[in-house]
Amino acid sequence: MNANVSLPSNGRVTAFLTDSTLCIGCKACEVACKEWNQLPSDGYNFSGFSYDNTGSLGASTWRHVKFVENPTEAGLGGNAGDAAPGWGFSSDVCKHCENAGCLEACPTGALVRTEFGGVYLQPDVCNGCAYCVVACPFGVVARREDDGRAFKCTFCYDRQKAGLQPACAKACPTESIRFGEINELRRDAQKRLEELDGRGIRDAQVYDPLDTSVGGIHALFIVRGDPRAYNLPPRPEVPTIYTKAGWRSSAVAAGLLLAGSLLAFLGGRS
Amino acid sequence: MSASVPRSPDVASEARLLGIRREAERQGRLEVAGVRPPGAPFPQASPEAGYYGLPLLKRPAWTWQVPLYFFIGGATGAAGVIGAMADWVGRDRELARHARLVATGGALLSSGLLIGDLGRPDRFLSMLRVFKRQSPMSVGAWVLAAFGSSSGAAVFARWLQERLDWRPVRVIGNIAQFSSAVLGLPLSNYTGVLIGATAIPVWNENVSTLPLHFGMSGLNSGVGILELLGHNDSRALNLLGILAAAVETWEGFHIETSSQPAMEPLKRGVSGRLTRIGGVLSGPLPLALRLASVVTGSRRARRRATYSSLVGSLITRFAWMLAGHASAKDYRLPLEISQQRPQQPAVILDQQAEADSEERLAV
Repeated sequence: MNANVSLPSNGRVTAFLTDSTLCIGCKACEVACKEWNQLPSDGYNFSGFSYDNTGSLGASTWRHVKFVENPTEAGLGGNAGDAAPGWGFSSDVCKHCENAGCLEACPTGALVRTEFGGVYLQPDVCNGCAYCVVACPFGVVARREDDGRAFKCTFCYDRQKAGLQPACAKACPTESIRFGEINELRRDAQKRLEELDGRGIRDAQVYDPLDTSVGGIHALFIVRGDPRAYNLPPRPEVPTIYTKAGWRSSAVAAGLLLAGSLLAFLGGRS
Repeated sequence: MSASVPRSPDVASEARLLGIRREAERQGRLEVAGVRPPGAPFPQASPEAGYYGLPLLKRPAWTWQVPLYFFIGGATGAAGVIGAMADWVGRDRELARHARLVATGGALLSSGLLIGDLGRPDRFLSMLRVFKRQSPMSVGAWVLAAFGSSSGAAVFARWLQERLDWRPVRVIGNIAQFSSAVLGLPLSNYTGVLIGATAIPVWNENVSTLPLHFGMSGLNSGVGILELLGHNDSRALNLLGILAAAVETWEGFHIETSSQPAMEPLKRGVSGRLTRIGGVLSGPLPLALRLASVVTGSRRARRRATYSSLVGSLITRFAWMLAGHASAKDYRLPLEISQQRPQQPAVILDQQAEADSEERLAV
């Protein structure tokens, strides 16, 4: 076991910190995740999008390495001239939101919050209603066609229970995926930004939407440039915020139906 | 000495690839001979194009049963309310009886459709495992279950009452009919909240009007079904049809005049065409026909209004579902990219999944 990884004991709120400036795009996290969680293959598809043939997170893909090609910069690995792109890799994962759309939408109670702060889908309860699929502002949860149930990253709840770190973090060879206590990781992320800044990399930023209705995430990312190039939404919103306006309109419709039918039948009597 | 030199990427071919890519970016198409792979030109990841123009959100995984349920459930809920009103206010016993039967049958059919859409239909009872106020799906499941039970109880009590006019039977029948009416109110429109409170931009953009829209669409079709059952002379039903068609006309106007980018799927493409067709068939057309039938007493105009609003209401539900699919595929809204149209075509990674997704909605 890695000596400098502090493993959380039960009850500590944990998180991932995925640092794209350290990622080498090896996809070991994708493989380790599939292996540990025994996920089915995604088939052989050629996308043409750099070296990413996975495309997005899904029911059978709980870690997904994104490949972003940037213009080259001299001195930052960009010594190949104009011909080769500058690489940006980032391993995407379920964000385990503080206010999770999937968890709030789930009508069966299959989605729960664990003692580590993650969002866990209990496959023995899920009945495949697929409401969580449209409730996720990050497009993470998906329903598996052959199985019928929805699936997403479990935050390796089984491993965390046993005092182990998640399989992806364990497999990451460059410590691009770090796992630990959430506040420590938030501090470490800021330190890392300063360190990068000192090395002349000034466009790195932490993706952690604390000021939105999602209220923070348990999978922080350090990316260079605009997070939108990595399909990270600038202002993710938990869909529960729309229910108030919805029920208000529902009450208006109910009132109209009630009053309308009352008046119609009163008038229709004559 | 064999000439087996390992092939490695050389500067010349990389430069050519870059040239092709730049041309594709500039012109939106490729003229180079031999370079026309499926999905070309290949987009690049950038803040302007998102992650290769790939969808950020997942598309609804619901099958055709769900929009059909929106239609039937809406009509069913409205029938519950109409039945009680016809009984207690309108003194139209026959209409009340038919409305109770529509409510009960519709609730059964609705449950069947919803169970059929589940990935694990055998676990449908999980829906009633917990009650979650913040989940419209949970609220809806409970409302449907309670509505179906009380409508069924009302039908049974009234049937019994005809044979055994005993006071407790009458009281139970009234209680059941009352609760069927009370629960019919949310049942007719909660599906608007259900899809409005999601991450799909075109749905949550309209969350403050969708329940009203769906509720009136449900009233429209509820009235239509009862008219088909022979209540063509009920003035009250025609008045309710006018109310529903009027609100639907306003909703169509609201959609057409809104310039929000999230509204695009309601105006463009297949979903846009269907929204317009459904809107005309359930709004202005039946409104005009019903008003004409009031003025001229034309039964033919009223019959046409019945058909028009039933078909319009059904199309409207499928149009909204398709609009949700189109909206989920559009990466621009969640990424707050204000481009007019996507510049690069998003390549379909998993063509089987794409085909499955289209198939699921095809009846």
